[in-house]
Amino acid sequence: MGNNTCFHCGDDCGNHPITFQDKSFCCNGCKTVFEIFNENDLTCYYDLQNSPGAIPKEIEGKYDFLSQENIIEKLTEFRSDTIEITTLYIPHIHCSSCIWILENLNKLNPNISDSQVNFGKKTVRVTYDSTKTNLKAVVLLLSSIGYEPYISLDDFNSGEKHINRTLIYKLGVAAFGFGNIMFLSFPEYFEVNEYWLEQYKPLFRWLMFALSLPIVFYAAQDYFISAYKGLKAMILNIDVPIALGVSVLFIRSTIEIMFDLGSGFFDSLAGLIFFLLVGKFFQQKTYQFLSFERDYKSYFPIAITKINKEGNEETIQVYDIEKGDRILIRNEELIPVDGILINGKAKIDYSFVTGESQTVSKASGDKLFAGGKQTNGVIEMEALKSVEQSYLTQLWSNDVFSKNKEDGFTTITNTISKHFTIAILTISLIATSFWLFVDASKAMNVFTAVLIIACPCAIALSAPFTFGNLLRIFGKLKFYVKNASVIEQLAQINTVIFDKTGTITSNKQSHAEYDGAILSDSESLVLKNSLRGSNHPLSRTLYNILQENNIITLDAFEEHIGKGIEAKHDAINMKIGSANFVGSTLESSVLNTTVHISSNNIYKGKYTFYNSYRKGVSKLFNQLKKHFDLVILSGDNEGERENLTKLLPAKTKLIFNQKPEDKLEFIKYHQSEGAKVLMIGDGLNDAGALAQSNVGIAISEDVNVFSPACDGILDASKFKQLYQFIKASKSAIKIIKWSFVLSFFYNIIGLYFAVTGQLEPVVAAILMPLSSISIVVFTTIATNLLGRKLK
Amino acid sequence: MSVIYILLTVSVVVGVTFFVIFIMAVRSGQYDDDYTPSVRMLFEDELVKEQTNTTKQTKTD
Repeated sequence: MGNNTCFHCGDDCGNHPITFQDKSFCCNGCKTVFEIFNENDLTCYYDLQNSPGAIPKEIEGKYDFLSQENIIEKLTEFRSDTIEITTLYIPHIHCSSCIWILENLNKLNPNISDSQVNFGKKTVRVTYDSTKTNLKAVVLLLSSIGYEPYISLDDFNSGEKHINRTLIYKLGVAAFGFGNIMFLSFPEYFEVNEYWLEQYKPLFRWLMFALSLPIVFYAAQDYFISAYKGLKAMILNIDVPIALGVSVLFIRSTIEIMFDLGSGFFDSLAGLIFFLLVGKFFQQKTYQFLSFERDYKSYFPIAITKINKEGNEETIQVYDIEKGDRILIRNEELIPVDGILINGKAKIDYSFVTGESQTVSKASGDKLFAGGKQTNGVIEMEALKSVEQSYLTQLWSNDVFSKNKEDGFTTITNTISKHFTIAILTISLIATSFWLFVDASKAMNVFTAVLIIACPCAIALSAPFTFGNLLRIFGKLKFYVKNASVIEQLAQINTVIFDKTGTITSNKQSHAEYDGAILSDSESLVLKNSLRGSNHPLSRTLYNILQENNIITLDAFEEHIGKGIEAKHDAINMKIGSANFVGSTLESSVLNTTVHISSNNIYKGKYTFYNSYRKGVSKLFNQLKKHFDLVILSGDNEGERENLTKLLPAKTKLIFNQKPEDKLEFIKYHQSEGAKVLMIGDGLNDAGALAQSNVGIAISEDVNVFSPACDGILDASKFKQLYQFIKASKSAIKIIKWSFVLSFFYNIIGLYFAVTGQLEPVVAAILMPLSSISIVVFTTIATNLLGRKLK
Repeated sequence: MSVIYILLTVSVVVGVTFFVIFIMAVRSGQYDDDYTPSVRMLFEDELVKEQTNTTKQTKTD
């Protein structure tokens, strides 16, 4: 015993550390990795950060499918006779030493010529000599040093990924134009009546015009398109006044220089679009390494071993599985289709699907569902359906998965801009008609000036910067939100629905309570020792819970599959297992998971297993209950009802026995009643509910791997802070409202100049960027203060 | 007089050059990953040392 931490991966070495070169390792894997590094003179890996690796998993036979031609074809991005390039997703990349070791792969395998890490996406791009090594060898090498790639069905379909860089190009065009136009308009600002400058004024002006063309017609085109779409749908969104402002700016400036009336507002025009694009860029920040659009494809393997009619094993693609195929599932492999178990002892872990980590034992002839993971050696099964028709995958054919949540959601910016547009148009019309009577020559000037100065640049900027910055702060606190509009929707919810298993209960632990006659010392000794011999998941859990006891040799030990264990030691004959098996006369409760015990045919008592709830669940619910309707929507039976009612506030609704579709329908129904639903779930069975809800958040123990399609991913350790996040979203809305007030203040000053007909280009050139920048500064400072409160 | 034309041409050419370089940089994927290169840069000293080590070894061989 000792609290030695492994030199390589930092895990506890347990009772039997492996010592090598005076360093302790938790397993042979870690030792081997150390040896490799040692031999290759790469030990400075350890200088960078202590214990950076992790234990390689059991990988035997797992990657056989990678030697298949058609699969290699799909996974590589470049292939020639000698060179192959592939990009692999490695969830384990987490620090700078990971980058270091992965970029030094060529030292471990000289046939790898180059490897490049993209930290943001957690991928490594490997170039290797395909005549001397192959994809499988590369993947195995990566696995053996603790960086197992995650290859799923998803990689298979996507092929080459297209990176959308248009926004960066547009930003570049706008910045280039903005800078140069500012330069060219300097002489105009100071109105120096210098001869040569007067002389070249037209040239400067036409140059500005030329520079503004790409800005208006390329960089700003999204605003025109969006405004057109909005008007077509009879919505006055924020892009309508922006598009109006931009076109008025451009047309008026062009007319001015054409007829030599003035210098135009090209500088303001370029600045406006530049700032708007910066705002858009800021809002677009996403967590590249997380996928929010995962469906079953991200979880399922690419290939599976089929046993053909001659009894030989062959690797086939998952999509090629047909009804009636015999499939071999290895240890730790995922079951891709619904089927019937033919051979072998199945212990299926459905935690992908339900969040429940307790494995389920299945006997030959039992039905197995897609999404389960085999945890007990090799099994054979017969497919009953093809992949697309399986129970779990059927969920994805529901309409909710093709709907875009952002459509049909009116953002605060759009609500304000509707009133804003109407107000500005009214003001400009009144001012114009006033000037028509007083001085008709100024009327057109005033009309355009109002539209120019009132262009809602500051309003359009405040939401992207507030939400964008909050997105970054949330991300630091391990709450990853898909996009800015999710934060806005989060601020509006009034109902919170939780999934039970895996969401409010922890995956890792469960605890048991004993109920019955106290066992004597010798009896508990026999109990502990009998459990030691059993591999049943409940026995394992109970064994870990019970106190440490001496090891004794049992006189007799027999395990009755599906019933329990019978063990004998000295005078004690003990039975552990189901109520019937031990001869309990008590009414057995079918709802709870229990293990009964009898000694010498006298019934002693039972251990009841309870879910272990996450820390802070009770506190969180008490915080939430004041503001929201709370519902627990569980796929499990009512066994935990009593426990839950004790733990949670009285108002919480508890609904059990919900199938994935039921959850989805439940949310749909409540939404039709006007509820704005926040759904919190974790397994793939919550995917429908997460997609249907206004905001769907997945709780995840490991954000890199397990999360269904959702709007946000919350690290399990931050679960108790959920209320803080909701509160912060609400505060963000307040910040935006305040920044609107600020921008209205600028607009009033601007409107004074515009309405009185005194709007000079230099006033616009000062006022417009000034309002934009002060909004950006205000929102950034305010959200940072908000973020500081969160910690 | 014509000096203004020269200056203007020069400044526009410089501006356009930078703009073209920017477009090329984006196209080459420089903005796709804004973290890894900053770390990779720090490893480069390391690599040089490694290489000299190996050459030394081959010499002694």
